[in-house]
Amino acid sequence: MKGRIKAVFGNMVVAQTKDRVVKNAVGYCVRSDGIKLLCETIRVRGDSVDLQIFEETRGLRVGDTVEFHEEMLSAVLGPGLLGQIYDGLQNPLPRLAEKAGFFLEPGNYMHALDTERTWDWTPKVKAGDVVQAADTLGSVPESIFEHNIMVPFGWEGQYQVQSVAESGSYAVVNEIATLTDASGNAHAVTMEQTWPVKRPLCVAKRRLLPTKPLVTSVRIVDSMFPIVQGGTYCIPGPFGAGKTVLQQITSRHAHVDIVIITACGERAGEVVDTIREFPKLQDPRTGRTLMERTIIICNTSAMPVAARDASVYTGMTLAEYYRQIGLNVLLLADSTSRWAQAMREISGRLEEIPGEEAFPAYLESRIANFYERAGVIELRDKRLASATIGGTVSPAGGNFDEPVTQATLKVVGAFHGLSRSRSDARRYPAIDPLESWSKYVGIIDPKKVARMNKILRRGDEIRQMMTVVGEEGTPTEDFTIMLKAEFFDSAYLQQNAFDDVDAATSVDRQRFVFAKILEIAETDFAFKHKDEARHTLQKIGSMFLNLNYARWDESVVPEADRQDEPTDKTAVEDDKAAERGNFKEILGQIDEYIQSLLDNAKKSQAEDEVEQVTV
Amino acid sequence: MRTFYDEITKIAGNVVTVKAQGIAYDDLAVITTGHSTSLAQVIRMEDDQVSLQIFGGTEGVSTGDKIRFLGHSFKVPFGDALLGRVFDGSGRPRDGRPEVKAKGVEIGSPAVNPVKRSVPSKMIHTRIPMIDIFNTLVGSQKLPIFSVAGEPYNDVLARVGMQADAEVIILGGMGLRHDDYLTFRNRFDEAGVQGRTIMFVHTAADPVVECLLIPDLALAVGEQYALQGKNVLVLLSDMTSFSDALKEIAITMEQVPSNRGYPGDLYTQLARRYEKAVDFDGAGSMTLLACVTMPGDDVTHPVPDNTGYITEGQLYLRNGRIEPFGSLSRLKQLVNDKTRDDHQAIMNACIQLYAQCEESREKREMGFELAEWDMRLLKYGDLFEEKIMDLNLNIPLFDALDKCWEILAECFEPEETRIRDAIIQKHWRHKSHQPKPEAQVETVKS
Repeated sequence: MKGRIKAVFGNMVVAQTKDRVVKNAVGYCVRSDGIKLLCETIRVRGDSVDLQIFEETRGLRVGDTVEFHEEMLSAVLGPGLLGQIYDGLQNPLPRLAEKAGFFLEPGNYMHALDTERTWDWTPKVKAGDVVQAADTLGSVPESIFEHNIMVPFGWEGQYQVQSVAESGSYAVVNEIATLTDASGNAHAVTMEQTWPVKRPLCVAKRRLLPTKPLVTSVRIVDSMFPIVQGGTYCIPGPFGAGKTVLQQITSRHAHVDIVIITACGERAGEVVDTIREFPKLQDPRTGRTLMERTIIICNTSAMPVAARDASVYTGMTLAEYYRQIGLNVLLLADSTSRWAQAMREISGRLEEIPGEEAFPAYLESRIANFYERAGVIELRDKRLASATIGGTVSPAGGNFDEPVTQATLKVVGAFHGLSRSRSDARRYPAIDPLESWSKYVGIIDPKKVARMNKILRRGDEIRQMMTVVGEEGTPTEDFTIMLKAEFFDSAYLQQNAFDDVDAATSVDRQRFVFAKILEIAETDFAFKHKDEARHTLQKIGSMFLNLNYARWDESVVPEADRQDEPTDKTAVEDDKAAERGNFKEILGQIDEYIQSLLDNAKKSQAEDEVEQVTV
Repeated sequence: MRTFYDEITKIAGNVVTVKAQGIAYDDLAVITTGHSTSLAQVIRMEDDQVSLQIFGGTEGVSTGDKIRFLGHSFKVPFGDALLGRVFDGSGRPRDGRPEVKAKGVEIGSPAVNPVKRSVPSKMIHTRIPMIDIFNTLVGSQKLPIFSVAGEPYNDVLARVGMQADAEVIILGGMGLRHDDYLTFRNRFDEAGVQGRTIMFVHTAADPVVECLLIPDLALAVGEQYALQGKNVLVLLSDMTSFSDALKEIAITMEQVPSNRGYPGDLYTQLARRYEKAVDFDGAGSMTLLACVTMPGDDVTHPVPDNTGYITEGQLYLRNGRIEPFGSLSRLKQLVNDKTRDDHQAIMNACIQLYAQCEESREKREMGFELAEWDMRLLKYGDLFEEKIMDLNLNIPLFDALDKCWEILAECFEPEETRIRDAIIQKHWRHKSHQPKPEAQVETVKS
């Protein structure tokens, strides 16, 4: 199927053809110097076909040949994806660098998987077995996981295993089984298969309601605005509010099997940081490097815009693939606004009628469709697996009323809104505790969270009132509530991402400290005057800060209540070990101090009563 | 092959449409009118209708004028002959000297493969304390200066150009007043850095299309030097003029505007330029400092807003000073722990104390009673502004740090600075060692 270029403007090409074309199928524009540029059919009108080019269109001429293919833009799936760094079209960047040097020249494409590397194959089926799409044929070890090789997802109906390769080393392109369909035709199966990125990949018995908390080790998220495995959440925020740092922290500490980082239209520098750091960092839960459970899809802002649109889908497809294997996957998309802007650019070139802020009218449905690809599924063999999506949003001017934020809020289960005022005050993570929300139940009893929330809200009301009536006009009880809200904020909600201990708080520790703080926040200390209240809560606050920097001592929680997996403490290197206090000691000091306050309160109350009697 | 096309079918805005065949997208052409010649670039092709953006503007273009295609996209000559020279937005000499004969490099090169970038690690010394101490510029960083019309942002840029320890300095001027251009030239001349400076200048009087090319020219040349292993500093002023030129062309081309008339791809256009800042793994680096004037001092305006999402921090220039609070260099922690052990401590302490001084000033303005502590903060604030915040200073980092210690010692007791004891013991200036005895007398009085 061939055509000729009729018009070129920006990254859009109009081609003329008399042949059959498939919408959303890929094709190549052949430059006069022989370089082929990947493109996608996005509109057909009569015999003219609108194509978006995934490269710079420099050098294309009217009359140049266009080759049309049948298949849609697809991801290559198979063992060897973990630890890779891809661009939005799944070209492996490190191998591309070896081949082409510093620059990403147009028309340079490479196969996503290393076709020479061999894998230790163990068959799980035998000749004569009946299988269907997504059933496991065998497995190979990849990183710490058992990577199942499955019947291609697109195959319909039932197949009989005709033959299966014996245990041994095979490359991804080697045939590992032959299956026969109902009409007796034989089909070869290799370890790799492809799947169109824009079509959801979900071969499951059923979808389940996501309920299992996804622990990120970020306190404000896990305790106050939890996310769940198979759920969705978004992080909108103005520039400089710490979206990317929050995503990086999550990608390091999240309790999932696999993390897929999609850097979509963001700075290359941030990806470089991850690329250089992750191979050196150890995953405390597996003892392997973080890179071995990570895939990076990196289509930075300087790369062609059409590929940016594709990168989000490529990342999602890889996430769904590992979900089919039976793992829990977290997809972090940074930033979905850049993806939406890519849609806007393409829509503008197609001269479609624009919607709000010139975004296309289908913006909302595209965003909704994307987030709906997350979920917990029950596989045919009853195992559960999940794909979670966390997307950042970069609203213009930091204003959440813009179309991308609003479209996203409608479809996600949790909203972590970052605020400029919190980041300016250096309160990190800058998630606004009063504006954010989550529809999920996390690791802490929702009733307790609601109680804490009430104190936070009341504290904020009082603070606002105080700006009008002044400190003198505020009753001491109200003033104390405000101080308690402030104490909770500084001692619990804020977290130092750059300290080894404070950066990640385990489930048991969060439950323990949260309960402790809630207890203090609900205790009536019967302060006599504001200075006493301020002094006391400042002191408690600073004790808790020390506690945050101390290494967790699991013995404070009864063994039966523990949920954390025991970690190997000896393996941890810490250059600040000497400065850190002892968890139990600090805890003892806090308890002692609180007790003394209560005793004093009781004593003075008794004295007051005596006074009243004598009067 | 010298083929002329003269069937011009449309002239609108800065765009001319001509009937031609076999032309490649992005190709360059020369249009010869009755009184001048100008470069033009293909921006749209439809059948045999080729639309060209005319760099020199379309005033006086007639339907009978001739267009010759050059058969390649825009190239800028590259070589050491460029050093010390000034060019306009079409790459022609602006300094009255002959054209540079050198091999051309294509502008707008593809993106750098992220795995060939290295993590930034070199500090760029500008000898301006507000940058060096508080918002350290790091090699390969892209940092904008957010400012408003009337602020001396071009002075700051010129100063950085004169004082920074870069091997090659490239200035890209967009929409500059002619006076500003001359000022840049004179100051570089006086400072004797002309020999390692290349200027690409578009003045407000020049055709708007030429403005669009300035960053590409400057960055293409800078990139070549970086590939040769040099550390390049590119100064751009003013990116808002560049964005406005984008807007003008987009609207002429009947593109749907998105926000305040700017095209929907403003982010991409800006990012493609800013992302050229790079530290090549195994070669040199290119650092980018760009002025962005904020219309109406509004940081949510599309240009500063999109810029903020792309760059690694920002400097706010207000009232002739770099704002100590909003300004931020996101990469500073990559280098400021390796300069001198007191760098980070001084950075934090000085800013915190200055913030407290601002509170005391507010108190003073409201007519509240001032404590002795407030008086000392006020004194500190004045000294800090005079000796550190002044943008006319030209002192190395270590001297600037020493100066901070002097100011601290003059105003405070060691424990009041909340600096760690270990650092205090090493660096604190005891009063007996103070160089200025009169300052000591003052302290006693207060």
